Amino acid sequence: MTHGSSQDVRGRGDADDPALATVAPTAASAAAGTAAPALATAGDAVVVDEGSGRAGAVQPRRKVSWRARLARDRSLILMTMPAVLLLAVFAYIPIAGNVVAWQDYSPFLGIADSQWVGWYNFQRLFVNDAFWHAVGNTLLITAFQLVFFFPVPIVMALLLNSVMTPRVRTTIQSIVYLPHFFSWVIVVTVFQQLFGGAGFVAQRLADLGYDGFDLMTDPDTFLVLITMQSVWKDAGWGMIIFLAALSTVDPALYEAAVVDGANRWRRIWHVTLPALRPVIILLLILRLGDALTVGFEQLILQRGAVGVDASEVLDTFVYYQGVINGDWSFAAAAGLLKGVVSLVLVLGANKLAHLFGEAGVYKRA
Amino acid sequence: MTSTTHRPAPSTDGEPDAATGGPTARPATARRRRRSQHRPVWEEAPGPLGFTGKVVLLAFIVLAVAFPLYTIMLTSVSTQADVTRSGGLVTVPGELSLAAYEQILSGGIVTRAALVSIGITAVGTLLSTVVSVLAAFGLSRPGSFGHRPLLFVLLITMFFGAGMIPTYLLVSALGLIDSYWALILPTAVSAFNVLILRSFFMGIDPAITDAARIDGAGDWRVLFQIVTPMSKAAIAVVALFYGVGYWNAFFNAMLYINDNAKWPLQLVLRSYVLQGATLPGSGAGQIDVATGAVTGLPVKMAVLVLAVVPILLVYPFVQRHFTKGVIFGAIKG
Repeated sequence: MTHGSSQDVRGRGDADDPALATVAPTAASAAAGTAAPALATAGDAVVVDEGSGRAGAVQPRRKVSWRARLARDRSLILMTMPAVLLLAVFAYIPIAGNVVAWQDYSPFLGIADSQWVGWYNFQRLFVNDAFWHAVGNTLLITAFQLVFFFPVPIVMALLLNSVMTPRVRTTIQSIVYLPHFFSWVIVVTVFQQLFGGAGFVAQRLADLGYDGFDLMTDPDTFLVLITMQSVWKDAGWGMIIFLAALSTVDPALYEAAVVDGANRWRRIWHVTLPALRPVIILLLILRLGDALTVGFEQLILQRGAVGVDASEVLDTFVYYQGVINGDWSFAAAAGLLKGVVSLVLVLGANKLAHLFGEAGVYKRA
Repeated sequence: MTSTTHRPAPSTDGEPDAATGGPTARPATARRRRRSQHRPVWEEAPGPLGFTGKVVLLAFIVLAVAFPLYTIMLTSVSTQADVTRSGGLVTVPGELSLAAYEQILSGGIVTRAALVSIGITAVGTLLSTVVSVLAAFGLSRPGSFGHRPLLFVLLITMFFGAGMIPTYLLVSALGLIDSYWALILPTAVSAFNVLILRSFFMGIDPAITDAARIDGAGDWRVLFQIVTPMSKAAIAVVALFYGVGYWNAFFNAMLYINDNAKWPLQLVLRSYVLQGATLPGSGAGQIDVATGAVTGLPVKMAVLVLAVVPILLVYPFVQRHFTKGVIFGAIKG
């Protein structure tokens, strides 16, 4: 993906200066900022982007004593304080609160007075069949959705990208993005009305003399059901990032491919998909890091209907063991284990992406 | 994404093909009428089979989203007689009636739940958006004092969550069980949303803010008089994300709100509509449907529509800002 000759290809409609963008990617959006501040920033996947950007524009880079810097930036620091305070209380104190995993926690005694039991809760976890069943279900659902959900937004984006009329395309986009903003309660209720025992499909089938259709309570087809729900809710929204990537493909590449005699499918294979590769890898990493997190709200809403066997995943296991059964420390141990493994997964996946020469989720600039 | 520079296009989603059809493909003066004027000249028009297939597929996708919404909305304004006749959801309009809405909105559980949800969403969205804008601006100047550790405080929360149990124990220790604040404070700051705003703020031309500083404006003034007015689109999107989050929040209410007089709409929807029908109780307090005012399919569907309508109302105003930038900038940080 090069911008080498993009100046003469893009031309009309491009307010910014591609040449400048090529030279200084991080400053690209700043360059276009005057009229309407750009929403996009740097091209590189930079989360921790120290030292890039505009620092030099405001303060020339010379040694300033930390006191002077503190005095200069005290308003900026003050601005971050509400957020930092909220995170300190509601994100960091609970992280520390995970110590209950090494206790026999009792709500009446509190953390201070509850008995310490070492690794007992983790030992219980490792010999607990229900726990391993939940782990198995979680991984099964992740794997199933990786195959049957993950590619859907890509295919939809390719399909929509081939629609030429902008108005048709924006209309379709507006419609398919919408379900992303519905709650899981709404989505599950909609599916119940359509595919439940008294639902639309069951009624039509009953008219044809076929009784007993009820997708909502059938454990055997539960994987299919929740994947359908996920697709309905989020596949459209998942498209957005692929459409964004598609819009950055240099049209000169397509023209060159046509000149070389590539047909529609070969252009998709040799131009479009390579352009999407970084995004696909990025999303795969994110999904892998989330391998142990599968639609908690979605599942807990349907756990009662299809039964524990099909629907118990790690998060619902934690909820029922802790909040419902009051086995707080046991549940906290399961939750902590999940959190740590997830962290390792996302860091590992990112490392893997770096090894394959991709940008990954984060990197230091 | 090694050298891809996302052109910071102020255009909406509909425009990206302006980029695929360059000036060589589409001279402004000589528009082609026969083939699609939007199609680049090098691209062959689809054959009849491909075209039909595409149309059918797209129609299916659109209908899959639109049809359920249509039939649910229609059922909510239909009479019980029409529902009985069609054996469930109504697909063909018959006699229309707003009786279901009159019933749920004339006081009682659903009305109260809707008000609770509106209140939580309004207060929560305001709080979250203000806090996030402040934090994003405070972190938008690399090299400022404490910039790196403060950013890290934010980022770590994206990679490691504390878990449900310790969070529940904390909220309970703070005495927030059955308090509406339990539905707002624990989810008030999303690092993801702060990063969206931050990357937007960092994209603003420093010359503009520098000019204001030379004129004597401090950081607060720069934020409120220069940066905020220039960032309406990004702030609107983030506010939508927060607002939708609060409106849709269901599990936090299930965890923290035991008193069902304080239930938000999503929980009422779950108990009366979802569980009241075929799903048996799966957890926290189920209410006897007979004692509630909610019966009959039109009424249930009216509750469902009530939960959807605020999103439908706000969505069109914010949707046009879902440019590639907002999302991309966010993912990329």
